[in-house]
Amino acid sequence: MADSALSRAVRWDTVVGALLVVLLLFSFSFVDGFGNALNLSFLIGNTLPIALIALPMTLLVVAGEIDLSVASTAGLSGSVMGALWNQGMAIETIIPLCLVLGVVCGLVNGLLVTRLGLPSLAVTIGTLAAYRGIAQIVLGSDAVTDFPVQYQDFAAGRIGDTFVPRAFPLFLVLLAVAVVVLHATPFGRSAFAIGANEEAARFAGIRVKRQKLLLFVATGFMASLTGVFWALHYASARYDNATGLELSVVAAVLLGGIDFDGGKGTLGGAIAGVFLLGALQNVMSLLNVSAQSQIVVTGVLLVVSVLGPRVGRQISVARAGRRAAAPTPVP
Amino acid sequence: MTHPSDAGPAPVLALKDISKSFGAVRALRDVSLELFPGEVHALAGENGAGKSTLIKTLAGVHRPDAGQVLLDGAPTVFHGPADARDAGIAVIYQEPTLFPDLSIAENIFMGRQPRRALGRIDHKATRAATAALMKRLGVELDPERPARGLSIADQQIVEIAKALSFDARVLIMDEPTAALTGSEVARLFGVVRTLREQGSAVLFISHRLEEIFQICGRVTTLRDGALISSEPLEGMTEDDLVRRMVGRDLDELYPKQDVEAGEVALSVRRLTREGVFTDVSFEVRRGEIVGLAGLVGAGRTEVARSVFGVDRWDAGEVEVEGRRLTNGAPSTAMAAGLALVPEDRRAQGLVMDMSIERNIGLTGLRATVRAGLMDRGAERSRSLDWAVRLQVKYARIADTVSTLSGGNQQKVVLAKWLATGPKVLIVDEPTRGIDVGTKAEVHRLLSQLAADGVAVLMISSDLPEILGMADRVLVMHEGRLTAEIPRSEATEESVMAAATGRAAA
Repeated sequence: MADSALSRAVRWDTVVGALLVVLLLFSFSFVDGFGNALNLSFLIGNTLPIALIALPMTLLVVAGEIDLSVASTAGLSGSVMGALWNQGMAIETIIPLCLVLGVVCGLVNGLLVTRLGLPSLAVTIGTLAAYRGIAQIVLGSDAVTDFPVQYQDFAAGRIGDTFVPRAFPLFLVLLAVAVVVLHATPFGRSAFAIGANEEAARFAGIRVKRQKLLLFVATGFMASLTGVFWALHYASARYDNATGLELSVVAAVLLGGIDFDGGKGTLGGAIAGVFLLGALQNVMSLLNVSAQSQIVVTGVLLVVSVLGPRVGRQISVARAGRRAAAPTPVP
Repeated sequence: MTHPSDAGPAPVLALKDISKSFGAVRALRDVSLELFPGEVHALAGENGAGKSTLIKTLAGVHRPDAGQVLLDGAPTVFHGPADARDAGIAVIYQEPTLFPDLSIAENIFMGRQPRRALGRIDHKATRAATAALMKRLGVELDPERPARGLSIADQQIVEIAKALSFDARVLIMDEPTAALTGSEVARLFGVVRTLREQGSAVLFISHRLEEIFQICGRVTTLRDGALISSEPLEGMTEDDLVRRMVGRDLDELYPKQDVEAGEVALSVRRLTREGVFTDVSFEVRRGEIVGLAGLVGAGRTEVARSVFGVDRWDAGEVEVEGRRLTNGAPSTAMAAGLALVPEDRRAQGLVMDMSIERNIGLTGLRATVRAGLMDRGAERSRSLDWAVRLQVKYARIADTVSTLSGGNQQKVVLAKWLATGPKVLIVDEPTRGIDVGTKAEVHRLLSQLAADGVAVLMISSDLPEILGMADRVLVMHEGRLTAEIPRSEATEESVMAAATGRAAA
């Protein structure tokens, strides 16, 4: 049973990775305009916000929690960035302030969940609305577009003549950090234990609340970083930036095989899920699928990604059940 | 005890030469069993002997590969649990699953409530029928009471009432007493005797041998899937029964070594958690095994949880080897050398979906680290080392603990904590629900630990275990320590007197 549980998890990661490869091969061959450098850079650039938030979200979901306020945090961070820029503050001061704001947003979520014992789903649906509301109060319906060119270039430009966005290496560094933290540190091991059985984790001396708080803070931080990136990338800070992004992030992470109930999954799978979703959205745009229909596809993917591994598990549990029912012989 | 004679009534339910295999594993080999009306029949055997498979065959969950199920002498095939239920066979599990928000009456008649006109549920008739069932069992439970908050003992009574409402003639009770207190067991046995007198056949499974002798008339013993014997209990001794179950003479069940007590290792002073326990003070010395006895709900587990830091205390202090522990911080308690093997191994002791290796590794996350990263080699060798030392029976160390038997799971929990090299070890119900062979192993281990200078605090509801293993016995009653009894004076009577509050505090 252990064996099949392990190989099943591996298989799901592999399935998502394979789907990504198949989609890319298909698109290179049959979708007009997919393979050129400009489109590829669009694909990656548009997917980066999802990917950036997916990093901490993966850890958070593994630990059995979720943060739906990330898109609002990103929007708030962009709004504050625009408002302060309008006030004439230096961008070098603004960006750190926005990141601190993200930490505060994460802290609020984390404290509500860990100190008051509220379910994170409910808490972050609340802050989803609250943070977005504050963003609108801060910036109104303005759009701030005149950020310094060199910053916009970093967020939107490409490395030389290649299709690789200039911000991509930064993402790779953050990805490496997240992979190591989740899969190679005591912190990551604890996250899996907390997600699989919080009570047992507590009895093993793991500081569950502290760890969850840290994860919410990290998520808030990455959400605000994404908000800054978004405003620069699209050269527009508006209160409604990144609206609905949480849906894509959660869909991608679950699609990548992270168990919604916590305790299972790999970052590799999550990132494969992110780029599968990103590539799919890109291809749909090239094929002139409307934005509304794309949201429908994302929603369906979300349901399928929750359902898929579960159906697989039911099958393997049913199989294993027949074997496990046999008592092991006493030597 | 009644002993149906061969000339007496025919068996209501019988298995004849039943075999059942799962893949290559032969769970049952030519097993026969006869259950007579008006008898309480014990089913004995170690974990993995085939008891569960046999029960599931009787309950219609498994279909035998060979052999016959005879109902009132006629060959029968159960196509599923519903068939068995309709034939009057009911299984009462150790931990019943009731709908917590429904009343007792609604639980009993779920899905088949008496109806009034227009299909409306006749609550009055449901209530009355439930009250009648309770009266028949001789138990006072309000049919209106919601199932939420009922003790496990009461929940079992509800399950039994439900079985009777189906006109069950055969009741299979799978370790019903594992989570019950002494008085609850007595009440359950009262119910079982009532059922016996009313002509039901009861198949009774328990790891507690004294209970088998107390309530049962005959015993069928299984070992490695084979029938060893089916005989009257009269004239048998516990040793006889153990020999049949284990297939050899068991080393002593309570191998307590005499150890000179050393320095105070754990000191608990005036510890209070409001509404749970009050003013609890005691010490445990190196080399000592101190038993903590009391009825379930007396606050023993809660004291252990607070000492370890899983719950906060409101007043008092705890020292481990002279180090004051921080309130509500298991990590500092661990750093000071305290370990707690919790009462519920599935919910608190283990992450069931994680491997044996990683479960043991969870207490060593700080120890098996190199440059901030997990040292997987070190983690594996630490886990392997302890799994082998405790003789955990597993196929691969990377298998999830859910694949192990209960006894082996408990050994993994012990391994997980012994790997921390504790100076003070608190074990809460260390042998609950594990077979007699493993139980003896756990006792030997605890005794050896004490001999090596570990201070052991053992919470147990198993009185013979407390009397057999403890140097001193602390007794709690309603949140207070009511007695401290040295080994020489500890008897069932003296401990129970203090546990029920009859002794002077």
